[in-house]
Parts: sequence; C-alpha cells; structure tokens
Amino acid sequence: MKFASLVLANLGRNKVRTALTLLSVVVALFLFCTLRGVLDTLDSSIKVSSETRLVSRNAISLIFPLPLSYRDRIAAVPGVKSVGYANWFGGRNPNDPGDFYAQFAVDDENYLPIYASDVEYTRADRPQGSGAVPAGVDPKLAAFFEDRAGCVVGEKLMTDHKWKMGQTIHLAGTIFPGDWPFTIRAVYRAKNPAFGEQSMLFHWKYLNEKGMGGRGIVGWYVLELANPGQAGAITKTVDALFENSAASTHTETERAFQAGFVSMYGNVPFLIGLIGIAVVLSMLGVAANTMMMAIRERTGELAVLKTLGFSDGTVFGIVLAEALVLTGIGGTIGALLAKFVIEGSRFTAMGFLPPMTVRWETVLTGILIALLMGLVSGLVPALRASRLSVVDALRRVE
Amino acid sequence: MAIPIAYSLRNLRQRPASTLATAVGIALVVAILVGALALANGFQAAMIETGSPANVIVLRTGADSEISSAVSRDGANIIRALPEVAAGPDGRPLVSSEMVVLVNLRRLGQTGSSNVTLRGVDPESFALRNQVKVTSGHMFTPGTDEVIVGERMAKRFAGCGIGDKLRFNHHDFTVVGHFVAGGTGFESEIWGDNAVLMPAMDRQGAFQSVTFRMRDPNGFKGLKKRLEADPRLGVQVLTERGWYANQSALLATVIRVGGIFLTLIMAIGAIFGAMNTMYAAVGARTREIATLMVLGFSPGAVRWSFVMESVLLSLVGGVLGCILALPINAISTSTTNWSSFSEVAFAFRVTPIAMVVGLVFAVAMGFVGGLLPAFRAARQPLASGLRAI
Repeated sequence: MKFASLVLANLGRNKVRTALTLLSVVVALFLFCTLRGVLDTLDSSIKVSSETRLVSRNAISLIFPLPLSYRDRIAAVPGVKSVGYANWFGGRNPNDPGDFYAQFAVDDENYLPIYASDVEYTRADRPQGSGAVPAGVDPKLAAFFEDRAGCVVGEKLMTDHKWKMGQTIHLAGTIFPGDWPFTIRAVYRAKNPAFGEQSMLFHWKYLNEKGMGGRGIVGWYVLELANPGQAGAITKTVDALFENSAASTHTETERAFQAGFVSMYGNVPFLIGLIGIAVVLSMLGVAANTMMMAIRERTGELAVLKTLGFSDGTVFGIVLAEALVLTGIGGTIGALLAKFVIEGSRFTAMGFLPPMTVRWETVLTGILIALLMGLVSGLVPALRASRLSVVDALRRVE
Repeated sequence: MAIPIAYSLRNLRQRPASTLATAVGIALVVAILVGALALANGFQAAMIETGSPANVIVLRTGADSEISSAVSRDGANIIRALPEVAAGPDGRPLVSSEMVVLVNLRRLGQTGSSNVTLRGVDPESFALRNQVKVTSGHMFTPGTDEVIVGERMAKRFAGCGIGDKLRFNHHDFTVVGHFVAGGTGFESEIWGDNAVLMPAMDRQGAFQSVTFRMRDPNGFKGLKKRLEADPRLGVQVLTERGWYANQSALLATVIRVGGIFLTLIMAIGAIFGAMNTMYAAVGARTREIATLMVLGFSPGAVRWSFVMESVLLSLVGGVLGCILALPINAISTSTTNWSSFSEVAFAFRVTPIAMVVGLVFAVAMGFVGGLLPAFRAARQPLASGLRAI
C-alpha cells in the first residue's frame, strides 16, 4: 500500500498531538473493556455454574434453614446420584472487621466429591494416621479429615492473608457466636477461573456440635444428577416432596441459583453499561476534535497533493485512513491492556466480584468500536479535505 | 502586568467547535464523578436517616446484621423494664422487639429475584419511627395476617400491590397498604404484626433486635457499658443511627471508590484532550504570542494566560457536567446491600458538595492539561515567532 507511508508520515507530523490522541483512545478503550469486563464476569459466573447440579434451599429465602432429615428423602429420588449439604458460616476476622470472605460448613461424604472436578489441591498437610478418606474424595485431604476443626482454603485467600499450612486461624462467629478456631489443612486451586479462590470450607459436624447444639440444620442441599436432561423433572419432584412439610423447598439448577445472586445486583449492571457508552462518546469527541485540528492545519498541503494529481477520492481516503489508524492502534492497545492487566491481576473489587475476566469478544468489540469512532470522527474532516477547492486553499497562507 | 482574562475568554470563542468538543469531554468526566458521588450519597442518606438520633438498637454480640442476631424473650423483657427507656404517650415503654427475616421475591420488569426484608413489629414501632406514614390503602390490623409494603419495594417486586397476597411458609399475607418512611431504608421493607408473623415464620424463639427510645440521650454511653457487660443478655448496643451508618459503610465505600477510580481514569483521557486543544491553540497563535511578548508581557504572564484559558475551558466543561448530572437527582434505583443481604431502594442525591467537588476536579484537569502547552507558548523565540506564517 503505497499510501501507508504517507498516512504514517502525516501522523508523525505532530508527534505530541498524535501521542496524546492515541493515549486518550487507549484510556477510553481500557475503561470500556474493563466496564464490559465487569458485566462479562457476572455473566460467566453464571455460565460456569453447572446444569447437572441442583441447589435446594428453603422456599422463603436462603436465610431459612432445612432439616437434615431431608437428606435421605432427597437421595431416594430416582435420578439423584448424590446429595451434599452446606451452611453459610459468616464469620469475621476479629482483628480486621473489613476482612471478608466466604466460609462454608460442608458435609464430609458428598459435598467434596460433587465439586471434585472444579478444584485441585495444591498443598496439603500430611496425615498422622491411616490417611483414609471417604469415597470420591482426593487423598490429599486425609489430614483435613483427621482434624475435626480442619479447614481447606483457596489459594488467593492463603496468599492474601499470608497464612501457613497447619496454622490455626480464629474467626468470630456472627450467626453462631463465639470464638471459632480452624486449622488450615489443605489449599485448593480452582480449575475453573470463575470459581474463585477466596472461600474456606470446613466440617459440617464441627458447626453442628459447636454452634447448633446437634440440632442438625442445613443451609442448602446440592444434588448431583445422573442425567442432566432430567433436571426439570427432578426439580419438580423434590419440591413436591416437601411442599406440605414444615419447611418447603425451592430447587433450581446451580446456574439459576447463581443467576439469582447476580440479579441481586439490581440496576448496577445497567448503570455500568451506561457509563461505558459515556466513555465511548467522550473518546469520539477527542478523536473528532483532533482530526479537525489536523486537517485545518494542513489545508495547504492537501491542496498541493491535489495539484500533483491526487484525486478527491484518494485524499478522502488518506485523511480517513489517518483517523482509522489512530483509533485502531489506540483501541487495540487499550483493549489488550484491559484484558491482560485486569485478568492478570485477578481483580476482585474488594471481594465483591469473582476474579474478573475480559472475554476476547469484548476485546474485539472494543477494537471495532474504536474503529467505528475513528470512522465517524474522520468522516467530516475527510469530506472537507476531498472537497477542498485547490485555488482557495493555496491562496490561504495560514 | 498580567494578560487580561478577557483575552482568554475571547480566544475560547474563536474556535467554538474545538472548545465545545473538549468541554464536552470534560463535562462527561465531571458528570460521572457527580453521578457516582450522588449514588453513594443517596444510598448512605437512605440508610443513615433510617436511624433516629434518640433511638437505641440492641442486637446479639458479634452479629453483623439484624438477620444474624438473636435476642431472647427474657432479654427483651429485661430491656423493656429499664429505667432509661422513655415512655410513650400512652404511658407504656417505647420499646419495639422485632423479628427480621428475608423473603425472596420475584422482581417486576426485570428477571430474577431478590431478598426483601420482612419485619415483625410491635405497635410501639410506629411511635419509635415517626417518619413512617401509610400513603395508600390502610395500616395493618394487629392480630391479623395483614401487612404493609414500602412504596419503593411495591414498585419493584411482584405481588406487592394492595389486595395481593404474599405467601411464605404456607401462610398467606394480604397487602393492605403502602408506606413511606422519609426516604430511609424502612421503605424497602414489608411490615406486619410481630405476634402474627413470628409463629407464622417459625421464629418464636427469639427476636432479632430490640429498639427503644432513650429518656435522656446523654446517658447512652453509660447505658451501653452496663448492658453489654450484663451476662444475662449477651448483647451489643448501638444508637440506631450508628447501626445504620455501619450497615451502609461497605457498599457506600465501594460505590465511592469505584466511582473515583473510574473518574480518575476518565480524567486522564480528558486531560489529554484538553492538552491537545491547548497545544493546537498555542500552535495557531505563534505570532500573537510573539506580539504579546514584544509588547512587554513577560513569559510568566503568557504562561498564566494559557493556563487560565485551559482552566476556563474546563470550568465550562465542569458546569456542563453538573447540568448533565442534575436530572438524575431523585431517580430511584435499588440494589442489594451485601451487609444486610437485603434489597435497598434509594434515590440519587446530587448535593451542592458533590457539584463543587466536580467543578474543582474540572479546574484541576484544566490546570494540569494547560500546563505543558503554556510552557511551550512562553518558551518560543521571539524573532522566529514574529516571522511565522
């Protein structure tokens, strides 16, 4: 492309202006892709949730418990491969009230095997005794199973708090008051990036004995199905089982359960989208402004080009190409920066979001938007340049 | 002697398109900053004003939200009998022992559902919280399964219209009225008679919180110490206002931090835009600047004049941004307050302080953006400047 060197030379004419405009576009696209990334992250947290697992909670709301006695009745439903259960613990770090992370009391036999394919254990204490674990559980958890007050924590949690293996941490219970010591027996790494490595898991029996007086109350049940196609039917069966019991259930796929959490954000995703649009518009303003200034300065040169024989169409193309190259390069840099910096740092907005992802589709969308903005902002200057009357232009000395 | 400001002002008018484009860029940044501050302000105001200054709330030690708290009936009776508790107009102590749970309701106009606070109240609750006023329908009749729904919630969730029935735990509750509560968090709740709700929701064992009015608010510290040390109770005592400030702190901080972070990054882009404009201005006025300096204006005056121009430009943008942000005032929105795990509806609140912050920020952007071009303007050699085409 013989005009490429001309376009680049024109861009290099005023390096400061080109650099500033480029940086503006980079910043705008970085922001746009980051904001979309927040929406992507919320979406993907739903998409990575399973459709073969069901979650059963109390029909009133998640804060109402279910009796342990339901477990066997649910397990007896045809098509249900296994049933695990968990409770939300809600403990606080007594030394730092702002330190928030999820803690779950999970049952010994079924919860961990159900989620086995989503995690792997990177560090684990050695067991003192036989090292026996329930069927389907990773043998690395032997020490965890030996210790009633043992816990398994996520990688990020481990590094953020600078904990050591075998260390005893203390939590102040909020729902279950008192001081709760836990000993770290294993560290997990999420194989699924949206799974999050900021949770802690411990034995349900410990919670039941120490916090519930043996009453056997469950937060929610997790059901693994033999055949995912049966999800709809099994959902109805389970809910019908307990419809007239003291605590009726609301069963849904894990994906729907997760979507429920995302919907709790309410209007926030909509507001974020709105801000994204504002960001793009401001970038449009900057790019358009720059192109106008550039063309205004160069009327003399453009007139010379025309006298040399370049057609109107070519001049149009050269000016437009300038705008497109500028926004194209700036957009690509900004979008890629968003992807690598945000994803690389696994930003979690103070624990509010799962580790952020920026999809390649968002990067591509960002680059396309940048190019579109380049097109729109370059259009008017390009038209003016192509329609320039050579005589008038050469007469103007400035 | 300084170059008159009129010069800067008139120069802005020379290139209206350029000026406007840059001003709009800055306006957008300021609008977003003011918007973020308005969102945080609105949320915090809704939450904090929920608490009355003379009211005290008692929760279980260590509870970080009303739903994870439990105060026994005995404990509630002990509190009711305290001499520090003010008496209501009928002579009874102004104490309300309340059940607070969350119910999951489907949203209206959006897919998904969310948790809404259901509060079982004593008759004294209305005297304790005199911002609460029923706006349509009528108050619930004590002893029945009637409930009233906060106006803001009624618009956002299904089944909350007057006459509708809400079903929880095999019990039907009839919505008989909507209420407002001075824009506070109570407007995001459903209220019913404690005596009916507690057995219906299987929560007879204990209340979630006990709220009372102090006879003498100055005695709060002493009262707090005494109650928290009482082994029969196991409670934490806060002023109602302090409690709600605490409940709103996390989300408000996230909104503010997020908003400021966003604004700072956008500001970088806007500053580049302003710099661009000013460089172009300097570039176009080489001869003018040289003339000014020949006339005797010092390089410092020239620098100052260009910085002024940039500042004025961004001030225009700042004012535009504030105007852009004003219409969002009083628009209501809602989200989940993760501290209480329940939905809170609130309105944007554009305060004069927020707008002043926006304008100051705009001026700062203009100052930073204009600095380098101003230095270039003053640095140019006179002779070549006068000769410039």
